[in-house]
Amino acid sequence: MLRWFPENISTFGGDIDAVFSLVYHIVGFWFLVTEGFLLYCIIRYRRRSGRGAAYVRGEQWSELAWVLVPAVIVLALDLSIEAAGGPVWARVKEERPAGGIPVRVTAKQFNWEITYPGPDGQFDSADDLTMDNELHVPVGQNIQLTLRSKDVIHSFFLPNARFKQDVLPGRTITAWFNATKTGRYEIPCAELCGFGHSGMLGHLTVHSAEDYQRWVAEHWPAARRARAAAAQAAG
Amino acid sequence: MKVQAGAAVARSHAHGAPRGFWRTYVFSVDHKMIGKQYLSLGLFMALVGGFTAYLIRWQLAWPETEVPGWTYVEPDFYNVLVTMHGTIMVFFVAMPILLGAFGNFLIPLMVGAPDMAFPRLNMMSFWTLFTASAVLLASFFVPGGAASAGWTGYAPLSGDPIHTGVNWGLNMWLLALALEFASFLMGGVNFLTTAINMRAPGMTLTRLPLLVWMQLTAAVLFLLSVGPLIAGAVMLLLDRTVGTAFFAPERGGDPLLWQHLFWFFGHPEVYVILLPGFGIILEILPVFARKPIFGYRAIVLSTIVAGALSFIVWAHHMFVSGIDARLAVPFSVTTILISVPFAIMIFSMLATLWRGALSFATPMLFALGTLATFLIGGLTGIFLGSATVDIFFHDTYFVVAHFHYTLFPAALLGGFAGLYYWYPKMFGRMLNETLGKLHFWVTLVSFNCVFIPLFVVGMGGHMRRIYNPLQYEFLKPMQPLHEFVTVAAIVLLLGQIPLIANFFWSLVAGARAADNPWRANTLEWATASPPPHGNFATAPIVYRDPYEYTAPGVAEDWLPQHVAEAARLGVQQSAA
Repeated sequence: MLRWFPENISTFGGDIDAVFSLVYHIVGFWFLVTEGFLLYCIIRYRRRSGRGAAYVRGEQWSELAWVLVPAVIVLALDLSIEAAGGPVWARVKEERPAGGIPVRVTAKQFNWEITYPGPDGQFDSADDLTMDNELHVPVGQNIQLTLRSKDVIHSFFLPNARFKQDVLPGRTITAWFNATKTGRYEIPCAELCGFGHSGMLGHLTVHSAEDYQRWVAEHWPAARRARAAAAQAAG
Repeated sequence: MKVQAGAAVARSHAHGAPRGFWRTYVFSVDHKMIGKQYLSLGLFMALVGGFTAYLIRWQLAWPETEVPGWTYVEPDFYNVLVTMHGTIMVFFVAMPILLGAFGNFLIPLMVGAPDMAFPRLNMMSFWTLFTASAVLLASFFVPGGAASAGWTGYAPLSGDPIHTGVNWGLNMWLLALALEFASFLMGGVNFLTTAINMRAPGMTLTRLPLLVWMQLTAAVLFLLSVGPLIAGAVMLLLDRTVGTAFFAPERGGDPLLWQHLFWFFGHPEVYVILLPGFGIILEILPVFARKPIFGYRAIVLSTIVAGALSFIVWAHHMFVSGIDARLAVPFSVTTILISVPFAIMIFSMLATLWRGALSFATPMLFALGTLATFLIGGLTGIFLGSATVDIFFHDTYFVVAHFHYTLFPAALLGGFAGLYYWYPKMFGRMLNETLGKLHFWVTLVSFNCVFIPLFVVGMGGHMRRIYNPLQYEFLKPMQPLHEFVTVAAIVLLLGQIPLIANFFWSLVAGARAADNPWRANTLEWATASPPPHGNFATAPIVYRDPYEYTAPGVAEDWLPQHVAEAARLGVQQSAA
């Protein structure tokens, strides 16, 4: 089933996919058991002349056991899903690994405004760089996201990173991911946000470490200013 | 004795037989006519809802092409379509058919009462729903168009016209919902009072048909859960009209408050629809298996437990909404635990079939189809109940496929099962079996062809409520699936023509129905088809459980609830 999924490119994506696989096998087992039994009954117990139905009310414990024992197995398997999923949830959504690259995403109808703090590492300072819909990150680094919205609820979705987080006006939500593979991926909005919801689309570009340095040097304002100053001095 | 006294008091309120066209067919206070009115309204709204599905599906398969029989679908109108499709199907199709039609028609008959406890309230609840439907449909035609903020109406998208350009359409949507809630509140009070106070002598709680238990549980869930959403709807209306800021963050409001209020109602609401659907197939399975229901008490208890649990699972709709992340795991646990009572119900249904003598008339086919498809809906809910897996699946087509696999079987397959089964009682005519079987097979096959691929599309990460999938590179490879799904959806819609033809043709030309054509035990079969005003010529007395099929020592393979003495096998043999 996992082959239908978009390629995973995040450190925690594999863990999420593994929980999916666990659920898939448990659910697949019950699917085969229940649908198989249903089909068996339909064929085996179709009405034939000379054979009536059995009178079984299922009110005694000995009969009810046929229902209750499987239900206990359901309960046990349910809890195994929670046992496997809980730590992964905590890792993705509750624990925050320290360090890495801060980026601020401000959602608005119908763009992702991506803000890089610049060399000083501080947002809302002169050396910030803001661009629409272009999220550039280095591979193998924790990306520390600050998510905000200017108008309605949006949902920041990185299908390849198995990452999704609604973005709310009036709140600042922090989140993280860590990409394991370079490339260019899509950032759709996953929460209905108005007539332009479809097509609200950004791109995540995961660079190798050197590539990322090159991109920073080319695009961040401080670097651009330094380059301009150097050009002036040379001229 | 207490039951008898209650029934006697209620009977003293009985109203006279109606006279004249208006009193008989329009402003009727007879629960059976009101049930048929709900049925007609629900089926009509299903046509509207089905048409919105057609427009949605066409746009998804062949984006921005002219829809045959319509025109181009624009992005803002696409959002109207998804909003109205959900609203109509949940509130104006599933609830009117399952609760309004079957609840109204069957509860008094099944408990052996002459009518509902409050016949005029019953009439008012229908006409309130009628008004709600009219308001909802009228909202398509006001300037700015109909509501387009999703059937969940998330604020602040729904909170201020500047976000969608929809002004009166959304106000009318809220008004329609408020009226719908009021209607079903009145109906629920009626259901509860009737089933508790107007039971025939001998109809103890453990002899109630399971459909009545399911309707009662649904009514209680609705009564307890809808209050917060009514409050929410009023707050949203105030935000929109007089500028309060309950959900507007820039002035101290909180968008998540709406989601809590909506889903606190929204999840019990799922069971308000599911349980009556289950109730229908629980009546049908034993009749066509000629076998008692397996584990009556276990099913009743599981129903109540599932209903109670449904009040503490709502945040599973909000795992990635921005709630405190530590809330996710507790809500995930309660959500997944709901699978236990549902497993008991499903296993009991399967055990009812085991060692039965199954025959496959159309009602039974639809009941089995409901069971087979609901299983897929229930099982896929486990994926979404896991907060971890939901990070990826939230707001994708996996969710869409999952809830269609729960609601379509319960509301439509279950509703069809009930229609084929009780149509003879409602209208005094049998439906045509050949057309019924054609309807069943086309519906079952095409339904699965629509929604199985949508699970796959969801696994591919496809977001819901996307107007044009071709705007995304990662969705383009899935476009052939969209085309296949749309073709199947058109077949599914056209597959309802045999039902419509059957419904109207049988009304005038169907074979006359006997009082008890399916040889069933419950009280609605103890009277004429259709039942007279007041339901029973002589008030029935109940002697036993509702599902005594193939009881040992009894000559026939059924033993109605109201028959005092069974023809004994030995007696009959000695007489012969």
